[in-house]
Amino acid sequence: MHPAPSVIVFTALSGLGFGLLAWLGIGRPDVAGAAAFGLYFLGYALAVGGLTASAFHLANPRNAPKAFSQWRTSWLSREAVLAVAALLAVAPYAFGRIFLGGAPGWLGFVGAVLSLATVFTTSMIYTQLKTIPRWHHPLTPVLFLGYAIGGGALIAGQATPAAFLLAATGVAQIAAWVIGDGLFARAGHTRETATGLGRIGKVRQLESPHSGSNYLLKEMAYSVGRKHAEKLRVIGTALAFLLPLLILLGTPFGPLWAGLSVACHLVGVFVVRWLFFAEAKHVVSLYYAG
Amino acid sequence: MTSLPEKTGKKLGLVIDLDTCVGCHACVVNCKEWNTSNYGAPLSDMDAYGSNPVGTFLNRVHSYEVTPDTGLAQTVHFPKSCLHCEDAPCVTVCPTGASYKRVEDGIVLVNEDDCMGCGLCAWACPYGARELDQLAGVMKKCTLCVDRIYNDNIPEEDRVPACVRTCPAGARHFGDFADPDSPVSRLTAERGGMELMPEQGTKPVNRYLPPRQKDASLSEIKALGGDIEEPKGLLAWLDKALEAI
Amino acid sequence: MSLKPTARTEARPSPKVSDEIRKTTCYMCACRCGIDVHLQDGKVKYIEGNRDHPVNQGVLCAKGSAGIMQHYAPSRLRAPLKRTGPRGSGHFEEISWDEAYDIAVSWLKPLRETAPEKLAFFTGRDQSQSFTSWFAQAFGTPNYAAHGGFCSVNMAAAGIYTMGGAFWEFGQPDWDRTKLFMIFGVAEDHDSNPIKIGLGKLKARGAKVIGVNPIRSGYNAVADEWIGITPGTDGLFVLALIHELLKAGKVDLGYLSRYTNAGFLIGEEDGLFLRDPDTGKPMVLDRTTGKPAIYDTPGVKPDLAKTHRHAGATYRPAFLTLAETYLDPAFAPDAVADRCGLTADRIKWVAAELARVAFDEEIVLDQPWTDWKGERHDRMIGRPVAFHAMRGISAHSNGFQTCRALHVLQILLGSVEVPGGFRFKPPYPKPPEAHPKPHAGVRPGEPLDGPHLGYPMAPEHLLVNEDGSAKRIDKAFTWENPFSAHGLMHMVISNAHAGDPYRIDTLFMYMANMAWNSSMNTSEVIRMLTDTDASGEYVIPHIIYADAYSSETVAYADLILPDTTYLERHDCISLLDRPICEAEAAADAIRWPVAEPDRDVKGFQSALIDLGARLGLPGFVNEDGSQKFADYADYMVNHERRPGVGPLAGWRGENGDCHGRGAPHPDQLQKYIDNGGFWIGHIPEEAQFYKPWNQAYQDWAVEIGLFDAQAPYVFNLYLEPMRLLQRAAEGHGPVQPPDHLRERIKATMTPLPVWYEPFEETVVDKDEYPLHALTQRPMHMYHSWGSQNAWLRQITNANKLYVPGKVFDETGLAETGWAYVTSAHGRIKVPVARMEALNERTVWTWNAIGKKRGAWSLSDDAPEATNGFLLNHLINELLPPKGDGRRWANSDPVTGQAAWFDLRVKIEKAPPGGPSEPAHPPLKSPVGKGPKTIAYGEDF
Repeated sequence: MHPAPSVIVFTALSGLGFGLLAWLGIGRPDVAGAAAFGLYFLGYALAVGGLTASAFHLANPRNAPKAFSQWRTSWLSREAVLAVAALLAVAPYAFGRIFLGGAPGWLGFVGAVLSLATVFTTSMIYTQLKTIPRWHHPLTPVLFLGYAIGGGALIAGQATPAAFLLAATGVAQIAAWVIGDGLFARAGHTRETATGLGRIGKVRQLESPHSGSNYLLKEMAYSVGRKHAEKLRVIGTALAFLLPLLILLGTPFGPLWAGLSVACHLVGVFVVRWLFFAEAKHVVSLYYAG
Repeated sequence: MTSLPEKTGKKLGLVIDLDTCVGCHACVVNCKEWNTSNYGAPLSDMDAYGSNPVGTFLNRVHSYEVTPDTGLAQTVHFPKSCLHCEDAPCVTVCPTGASYKRVEDGIVLVNEDDCMGCGLCAWACPYGARELDQLAGVMKKCTLCVDRIYNDNIPEEDRVPACVRTCPAGARHFGDFADPDSPVSRLTAERGGMELMPEQGTKPVNRYLPPRQKDASLSEIKALGGDIEEPKGLLAWLDKALEAI
Repeated sequence: MSLKPTARTEARPSPKVSDEIRKTTCYMCACRCGIDVHLQDGKVKYIEGNRDHPVNQGVLCAKGSAGIMQHYAPSRLRAPLKRTGPRGSGHFEEISWDEAYDIAVSWLKPLRETAPEKLAFFTGRDQSQSFTSWFAQAFGTPNYAAHGGFCSVNMAAAGIYTMGGAFWEFGQPDWDRTKLFMIFGVAEDHDSNPIKIGLGKLKARGAKVIGVNPIRSGYNAVADEWIGITPGTDGLFVLALIHELLKAGKVDLGYLSRYTNAGFLIGEEDGLFLRDPDTGKPMVLDRTTGKPAIYDTPGVKPDLAKTHRHAGATYRPAFLTLAETYLDPAFAPDAVADRCGLTADRIKWVAAELARVAFDEEIVLDQPWTDWKGERHDRMIGRPVAFHAMRGISAHSNGFQTCRALHVLQILLGSVEVPGGFRFKPPYPKPPEAHPKPHAGVRPGEPLDGPHLGYPMAPEHLLVNEDGSAKRIDKAFTWENPFSAHGLMHMVISNAHAGDPYRIDTLFMYMANMAWNSSMNTSEVIRMLTDTDASGEYVIPHIIYADAYSSETVAYADLILPDTTYLERHDCISLLDRPICEAEAAADAIRWPVAEPDRDVKGFQSALIDLGARLGLPGFVNEDGSQKFADYADYMVNHERRPGVGPLAGWRGENGDCHGRGAPHPDQLQKYIDNGGFWIGHIPEEAQFYKPWNQAYQDWAVEIGLFDAQAPYVFNLYLEPMRLLQRAAEGHGPVQPPDHLRERIKATMTPLPVWYEPFEETVVDKDEYPLHALTQRPMHMYHSWGSQNAWLRQITNANKLYVPGKVFDETGLAETGWAYVTSAHGRIKVPVARMEALNERTVWTWNAIGKKRGAWSLSDDAPEATNGFLLNHLINELLPPKGDGRRWANSDPVTGQAAWFDLRVKIEKAPPGGPSEPAHPPLKSPVGKGPKTIAYGEDF
């Protein structure tokens, strides 16, 4: 799939934002006043910024408000509804924390649950797609949630949980890569099933339908070289997991180091998310060459 | 409404005969010209006279080469457009309600007034049947010429999709698959009409008739084996044959 | 990024389609389908096939459906142009029509008065040849032809000479009845929709199709049997089929004895027919009486076996000679299979299948009919085997004989003009004798002494001067190519440049992209067009070109007459020319302006009417010297070629109720428009088959004016005019060929079809150039025209060289890679692709996709120019030197047809990446470039 910056930024930032808001919702860290303002500001900035980035992916954003209507069937619609619900639910709790010195715990908990539910719906937008076998797997929501909670913990300064969560997510990510590499083949999609011509013999494209490109090819026929991908996997793992873990475990965890670990993690998430799209092979590519 | 109907009144769709399609692209272009000035936004062409012309098409013809284990390689021309699946994943993923499958006839459509151009439906489609128009920013797809097939302003015999109306070889057939006696149902039954990528579970309505067995002469020995060789034999045969006229 | 708020986006079940439908004739290729043009707010909204039209019956191909983009193409010329920069630069200024005519008259008038032959007027894909030739004849130049010489004249001429008609416009398979259809080497756009409709009918019935083509694409992709023959060996393959059929006695002797010259007695010594001394008619030996008789005497049963002694000479029936010739083991499948790239078993299989279907699945129609001798037959017997062929077998230097061989095969099976077989379309059948002879009698200030083109029947009919030099600039109808019935357009520029046989002053061309894809040896032709003599003048002093679009050739002309698009013009698709008849009916059609031009352009034929009048040509002016026809529409209605016979056959006579013959009718065009743009006159049921010999058909043909008298004839298995050429080469007769041609004439002008190796293969080192190279035209493109069409060019805007898998691997090529392709003549660099369903000694590509930078209003970096390529650069109009001091034409020796498909090449891996080579510098577009984006239909 085409690794469009808008969707990479969207999923990476909104995941971190909602992860952070979830931690804040359960009172970790237990902050109030200016400190609370700073963290909530960051949480909202990441979540809303991510959501805003997603709007750049829309070719006709005028109709974006209609995306709240189809929550019965559409994961994207559910995400929109839940994102707004989460942001609304978190707001009074944040207000209480910042301005009133505290807020009812159940209110924070509701906000936290809605925040994580939002991340889950985001993940399901991708997980639901049978057309992209690499995504169509339980590890996809696990990873999205892992990145959100782990990254959120990192930003929220929850060193110990962050360490455990990053380690777990890292393992899940490596598992997802290893398993994901075989999912397309395991799903049984081939040029032969795509065309129904397998009963005659081996199928290969002789001539593409049009000399030039088209929307499908631009959107779905992105491919990344194996060596290139492997390099990026290593870099992504190092940045998103290993370096933050080293910092968490090996440094006196202060604001500077925390900032560095978050920055490392964020860049790593961008790399990994780029790979998430770039390595995903859509079955429609079977109708085209290569 | 992006929930799929339990059952549709009709199951309108196409039978595409791969044994007959010569790959002329007539359906591709007639589809383009009908649909660019009818249902919804025009089908734009970017960089139309430049180095990378890319336009929106609702139907495209692929060309494949199929090589059997023994025998000669074959060329198969393969038109592809929306298959109007019974279990259309493109519909259920739509967040705005722009995509829908009609209860009355099963046609999958996009209401462009509701489309926000997120492209998720195109991702959900295994067949590459949806293209986002780069100028209008809305999702375009085969409408099965919904604005022709019920159109009182055109003669009854022309109330078929433009691609079917124009196909010179008659390789495209339009009809109701819900009716087991319809010509499309019968063709499907007689010629083993196949689903594309059945493992996706989309239950496509459109069916493809596979190419018939080719190149029988490779496996079948057949020769006239006459013995008229010398002039004498020729004359004798001629004499006898002419007598019989 | 904005979506216009419009009610259109909802699924309205019954939107209004258009304000009005205007029915005219398509011109997106030469197929001439009927189209319904939908107009809304004065703009063309939608074009679909006309259901009532005999050619396309409602369907429409990709080209036809893309007509909107052609009609509104940015490459349309806008006004007459006068060249201001050097030839080839593309620098022009727009001028008025008056100025354009003045310039043309200033060049042409002096020529007409002194040396009319110094005008060479050649039209390309012209559908008005009966008119354009009439202009040329009135002007008095012998130098006129259309593009048949580089297209398919072998097919046309071999068909006419053998059986009075060939494929495509001459005839068609009996699609509704045939059970086995065999198609040879068809460019995928020729007779585009009818073949596809026909194939669809066969497929629906489960009838079998055998495709003979080195490349399995298009029609061959759906063929049940693909015979991937080696190029140039079709004739050998067909003769092997004939061998098999003869060996098994599977020929239709009854048919042969009645309807062909199989029984004609041929002198053993001279190879000429025994003729009745009084009538000059050929004689047969009557089986009933055992005596010679004139072949068409009622009741005579020709003996095909017995020899006859007469006046000391021995005469043998043509069939006997034919049978003995092809029974020779040299024609056995085992002897030819390797050369054809096939196995002997497959050849035998095909022969057996042909025989089985022809004879075991005979069709009988209970339709009584009467033959031309008055004999009544109570039914029609059909042999349901039909053939079709086009340029694939024709564009070889052995093409004429190969086409002849195929027709002989059809005839031996008894499958011509019978139910289920091949059927002629009026005005065919029409034997060679019924066609004019070629004329080149030049008289300054006077018209030519007769029609330019025709069918020579003897050496006396050739157009050579006493000293042996050619009368025509293209050397048509000379000993180099005696039966060049369509002229040799591909030789005009090189001959004119060389001043051989003479210099010309003005080259006038219409719709022929001779500076690009319509020429062999493109780069050299460009040089000839721009070459100057010692005084700095162009070697070809004046070039006038008429085209609707900014084609490559526009840049090389001095004066441009801008044509209209096909929706803005009058045309007649006439029975005098290349009509749209079907086997069941005579039909003709018109084009009429369904949209008005928004530019200062004029239909070329109307411009020629004006020009003819300004030159004062007979027929173009009244007695008082005033212009006779206001425009082409006026000519279409009021011109009479013979009394009562004009360009259009429908709605003639004072009241418009006569068809075929009748006085001009003033409302004729409106009647055509009201009828959907065409006229059709059905052939009576009794006259539907056996047309050359069918009394009812002959009566009908005379009645509607196809002929003035009945003209029954028999098919020429043995072609005596060829023997006359051979005899001349042997030293007989007053008109003698030059000595250097004698041996070739003897070898190639055989009266029975022969196969010989294509000429290029005899002169190049086959080890060095091991591959054949072909082009095919895609079904969705017509010559170079498609590239300016925003929709069609998206389908194909770059071509690759398809290379058989084995060669691909051996050469070390890679997908998306590039290769050098080299012929004895030149080298090009091209992108390559692998293909398995391909003759293993053949490479090929799509034709005419490559464009010169700057032409057709495309951007200079358009893929057509950067990745697209032409094989034309590898092909010369002359063969490589043989070492005998002469340069021989790369053409068929009988007709002069350009031997495009004889090309031999080698390929080598090239560095990756473009551009394709040769890379020409860009032309300046006289009409600018196209817009960036299109959203056609936005306004509706």
